Formats: sequence, C-alpha cells, structure tokens
Amino acid sequence: MSFYGLVDGTEASLKKYLGSLSGVDQVGADARAAMLATRSIKAASKRWAIDTAISMVDLTTLEGADTPGKVQGLCTKAVRPDPTDSTVPSVGAVCVYNDMVGIARTHLDLIGGHHVGVAAVSTAFPSGRASMAVKIQDTQDAINAGASEIDMVIDRGAFLSGRYIEVFDEIVKIREICGTKAHLKVIFETGELVTYDNVRKASFMAMAAGADFIKTSTGKVAPAATAPVVLVMLEAVRDFYAMTKVRIGVKPAGGIRNTKDAIKQLVLVNEIAGPEWLTPSLFRIGASALLNDLLMQRMKMDDGYYASPQYVTID
Amino acid sequence: MEEKLSFEYAPAPESRALVTIKAKYGHFIGGKFVAGSKHFPTINPATEEVLSQIALAGKAEVDGAVKAARKAYSTVWSKMSGKERGKYLFRIARIMQERAREFAVLESLDNGKPIRESRDVDVPLAAAHFFYHAGWADKLEYAGLGTTPKAHGVAGQIIPWNFPLLMLAWKVAPALAAGNTVVLKPAETTSLTALLFAEVCQQAELPAGVVNIITGDGSTGALIVNHPGIDKIAFTGSTEVGKIIARAVAPTHKSVTLELGGKAANIVFDDAAIDEAVEGIVNGIFFNQGHVCCAGSRLILQESVADEVLEKLKARMAKIRVGDPMDKNTDLGAINSKEQLLKIRELCASGDSEGGERWSAPCDLPAKGFWFAPTIFTGVTQAHRIAREEIFGPVLSVLTFRTPQEAIDKANNTPFGLSAGIWSEKGSKVLWASQQLRAGVIWANTFNKFDPTSPFGGYKESGWGREGGRHGLSAYLKGVSHE
Repeated sequence: MSFYGLVDGTEASLKKYLGSLSGVDQVGADARAAMLATRSIKAASKRWAIDTAISMVDLTTLEGADTPGKVQGLCTKAVRPDPTDSTVPSVGAVCVYNDMVGIARTHLDLIGGHHVGVAAVSTAFPSGRASMAVKIQDTQDAINAGASEIDMVIDRGAFLSGRYIEVFDEIVKIREICGTKAHLKVIFETGELVTYDNVRKASFMAMAAGADFIKTSTGKVAPAATAPVVLVMLEAVRDFYAMTKVRIGVKPAGGIRNTKDAIKQLVLVNEIAGPEWLTPSLFRIGASALLNDLLMQRMKMDDGYYASPQYVTID
Repeated sequence: MEEKLSFEYAPAPESRALVTIKAKYGHFIGGKFVAGSKHFPTINPATEEVLSQIALAGKAEVDGAVKAARKAYSTVWSKMSGKERGKYLFRIARIMQERAREFAVLESLDNGKPIRESRDVDVPLAAAHFFYHAGWADKLEYAGLGTTPKAHGVAGQIIPWNFPLLMLAWKVAPALAAGNTVVLKPAETTSLTALLFAEVCQQAELPAGVVNIITGDGSTGALIVNHPGIDKIAFTGSTEVGKIIARAVAPTHKSVTLELGGKAANIVFDDAAIDEAVEGIVNGIFFNQGHVCCAGSRLILQESVADEVLEKLKARMAKIRVGDPMDKNTDLGAINSKEQLLKIRELCASGDSEGGERWSAPCDLPAKGFWFAPTIFTGVTQAHRIAREEIFGPVLSVLTFRTPQEAIDKANNTPFGLSAGIWSEKGSKVLWASQQLRAGVIWANTFNKFDPTSPFGGYKESGWGREGGRHGLSAYLKGVSHE
C-alpha cells in the first residue's frame, strides 16, 4: 500500500509524519467551537439542515439486549423515518453489532431499503481489547453477512502508550479486509484519548492508514462527540485533502440528541471543512434518539406547532 | 433530498423593536435631561439612515455639567461611604444586565458593529466593569495605595466611537468607585448608548450630578479638557488628539490618563498551533472591523511557516460573513463613518503604491452604508506607511522574520506600544518574547481578551496610565505614587 506517499509503513516514517503535525491549542479550539455554536439557523436554512441531518444519521442500536425484532424495527424506521410523510429522506445507514448485520441487511432489502447501508461495529467493539486474529475474524464475519460499512475501534491502550505503529498496522489490516466491499470508519474514542493533540494525531494516522471515515466515539464513553473534538477532526480532513486531494469523511457519535446539536454539527462542517463535506458520503451522525427530535422539528416547521411525542414512532 | 451546494444561512436579524430612539436628544446634566441648543445627526453606518439628532454642547452646557458634578461631589458623593457608593455601582451593573439586549441593539445600530459582538462582548464586559469596581468602592484603603486614598474630584472623560458603551464603563466605573463625579462626552458618531446609560443612572437613582453626559464633537471635548473646574482628564482616542490634550493640561493642576493608538505586532512562530494562530490573527485584526486600538494590525510571521499560514488565513478570511450588523450571523459589520472609510482607503492606496500586495476576501458589500472587505497586504516592510501608521480598519499588514530576535526587533520598531501577541507552543519562548516586547498588554496564544481585573494601557505613544485592575483604579485617586 502506498499510504498516499505520506508514510512507507515503517515506524520511523510514521513517527516523522505524526511529528510534522502542528499542535492544537485547547483554549483556542474551544473558543472557535463556542463561537460557531452561536450561529443562528432559521427558516429555509433550518429546513434544509434538518433534512440533510436526517440523511446523515447512522441509526444505531448497540445494546446487549438487541433482538432481531428490535433491529428489524430500526430498519423500517431507517428507510422511512416518518410513516406519514414520504418526503422525509431515509437515513444514511443502520449501525448494529456484528451478529445483527445479516438480519438488518435482509430486512432492509425486503422493505425496499437497498439504498440504506448496514454498518457493523467491529474489532472487539467497544474496548478493542482482543487479539488481532479475533479482530480480523470479527470484521470478516460482518462483511460476509453483508455489512457495507465497518466501524472499527482503535486500540487506545497502544495509542496512549505511544505504540502508534501497532494502531496503524491494525487499521491497515482491517482496511485490507474491507477491500472494496465495505467503507472503513475508524473510531478513536476521543473521550479516552482526551487531548486535542491526540485527536489530531489519531486523525492523520487513520487517514494515512486508509480510513474512509474518522469517527469520534463508541457512544459508550463520555465525553463523546463534543464540538471542539469534531472541529479538530474536520480541520484534519480539510488539511488532509489539501495534501492528498482525497476527502475523508467524519462521523461524530454519542451525545448528539437534538436538532439544535445536529445543526451545530452541520455549521462546523460548513465553516471548517467546507460545504463539500455536507453530504452523507462525507459526514454521518451516529445517533438513536436524535432522529425523533429531527422529525418533530420538521413537523413543527410544517405545521407551526409542536406535536405530542406520540406522533413520532418509538422503535 | 433537495440538492444544494452550500449551507446558505437564512437572515437571522435581531429585532430592533426593543429600542426606542427619540427624534432628538439633549444632555444629561444634574440628573435631568436638558434640551440642547444646536444639533447634529447621528446615523446608522450600515444604512446611512439618520437615527436621531444629537445635541452639540457649547460653553454653557459644559459649565453647567461641571458645576453639577462639583456640587454632587462636594455635597453628596465625597461624603458618602464607599459601601454606599458600591451599592449604586452594583445597581447600575444589574440594570445594564437586565437591559443588555436593548444596549446591544442600540450599539449595533449606532456603531455598525455586529450584534454578535455587542451582545457577547461589549455589553457583558461593560456590566462586568461596574461589578468589578463596585467591589473596590469600600476597599480603597486595601488597594496598596496608602491608608487614605482620596478622589480627585470632578473627572472629565472623553471616549471614542469604537466601543462606545464599553469605553464609558472603563471610565465611569473606576471614577465613581474611587469617589469622583464625572462629566463624560461620548464620540460624536456614537452617543446613543451613553444617553441610554444616563437613563440607567436615573433608574438606579444615582444622586443627581454624579454622572453628567454631554454630547458634541471635538470642540466640546476641548471645552472639557480646558475647563478649570475639572481635576482629572481621562481620554481614549487618537494619539494626535492625545498629544493636544497632554499639551493643554501640562501647565494645569489636572492629572491625566491617555489611552491612544497602536500598531500591535502579532508574532507567529513556526512552532505555533497553526489553526488557532489563524483564528487569533482573524480575531486580532477583524474583531470590531479592526476599529480596535490594540488590534493585531501587524502580522509578523516566521518565514518557514509563512506560506502555510497565509494560505490558511486567506481560506479563513473567505468565511468571514460581512454584512448587516443586526444579523446574528454577521462577523464583520460596517465601518463606523465615511470619514474613517476614506482614511482606510487612503492608507490602503499608499500600501498599493509602496509595493504591498493587496488581497481582499471575496464578499458582496452592501450598496448603502460604509463597508470595507477584510484585507491583507503581503510583502510589507518596516518602511511602508501601512506598517507604521494605525489604519483602524479591517486591514492587516504582513511582515516576515527569520530569527526570534528579528521578530522582537521588528515588533518593537514602532512609536506605539499598546499590545502584542505571541503564538508558540513552546512556553520558554513565549516567556522570553513577552519580556522583550515593549507593549502594555501581551497576549500569548490568544488575542483581544479583556477583563476588568487586568490593567490595560500602553508604552510610548500609546498612552499614559492604565485602565482596569488596581492600576486603573489608582488613576482616579490622588496622593498616591503611581507605578
């Protein structure tokens, strides 16, 4: 693999590449994110943002209690989020555990949801604590079952102890298994990496190793997709594009529960990475409760009043 | 899904319904609004709409205001305990917070600055200055200025148009906390928030004559400066006028503080956090349309990162939203006056003719009103006028350096010395540079941060004295040796 000519696969070249990155000033990044959170999105732009956000949702269920029935219900909702309004777009994908991939794919195809992807969390999600053989098998199983997107977690232990090459090699291996069958999203668990410098480093490493998307969090650790973390990742994909002419996607996940939060994310995308990233192929939002709030805000914009929560479905 | 190439933000205008602007204003003297004799218009610089008629104070009005201030000083304010004075300041601060939206809307209408800045910076900081100084009022003997620090008496205060309400707060709050009474004149293009503040003084039941606000132009200012009944002059504005004031008060008993111009260096070292440095550069020069005395108007870039920083800076500048100051999403508003716009244009023309390379962010400027696109000049040297003179607009001059000492030498090579910025992730370098720079305020990895507890003021031609903190308070007390 060429790694965009940025590294040659050796530890020395990876260290040099990561060492060339400028730091992130935490106070400044926080201030920039806070300023962008004051953007006031109204009227037609709000309507556009709501529909765009719906199309970017990776509708997620990642619970020990998941059942085929629960996943099938989620798939139905993913294809047609509002049963009373066919103008509501489908979501980007459903995101499930490995063993639910086949059930989700089959059900989506059955109900005409060929265009909705199935994302499988992988590599011993959420902790990433398993042998490489297990991580490879985990990924291979998901692809065999029909996953079109793999959301892998990195080994945060290796990252935090400075064994970057191990993390890099893992991403490269999983990338190979995904091949052309599945898009690869690399989850950093930014709540465990803690510093913005680490987030920036992880972003550039994952992109060079072949990630199609970089993703903030598993949703199992707080804080998750905070605005400054997403800002740092959006700056990374913007700068990576300037270096390679390749656009990498970003997926915040965890903690984005309402329309206001989702619109703030879109403002960050617009003003940091640029409007080219405002598409489900380059920006996804990992969420579950968010979708219903987007639907309720959409109804409110159409009807002029807030409906009871009983007018959106619980799946 | 509807296909759209970009995320166009719909207009999100703040309502101006919550302010009432009278057709004509008088002066606020001795606790009452009194009619003026002559008037001049004040306009909204974003639309050129005439907002109101402002009174022009002459000798009679200045005499009346000084007399009212003297009477209030000798009969009420100097006899009142610090604790009681503090109560009035706390009350003013709370009312300013309660009426914050009103102040913000009025400030943006009269000044042209974006509502986001008047709402999030000017008004909250102005209230914070009153809160901070309210706390000092009964603790003056603990300020390290001797056991019995005394007020000067009547303070004459002349403030500029760039932060009308905030500059009023910087002047009035410490003066009152220290026990002075004041005669304040706002700038001729931005009198409205000062007149609203006069209403707040009434609402707070501040004793009559403690605060007197008279409006007018430079001639009114000269009457204040030369008035024999005034004990202390505080001025914020241009270095040119500051020098005139210094000459005028030199043979008198008056003490004086001057907060004047600047041409601040914003130094970016190659080990800076580049994205945040770019934000800091933008905030340094485009905050408040660059109408900031401490603006980071000279970017001094290390050559090894100059191309990267400039490329990112231009991309960032292209995202600056220029337009209607009342829109909540506007980042850069209107130039305050036609006169100032002409001055900016003249200096930019000199930048062109002296060989600087001009680049302006692509943006549509409104047809009416006074506008100037965010602009940078590259290839600027120390010898260019745009590297030496204060432009006071959204125009950045970019210079480069090779070694840290060269950066310091260039930064200090100016008649001014108000502020400076340092961008580096290396702590030792930041500390070293901050000791070498000859400027009153030095920001490290940030810019244009203000706080009432922090003294603000300049070296050299940037002024005399400090405002804010204990240092600023001492300027309103006498019998005290100044640091």
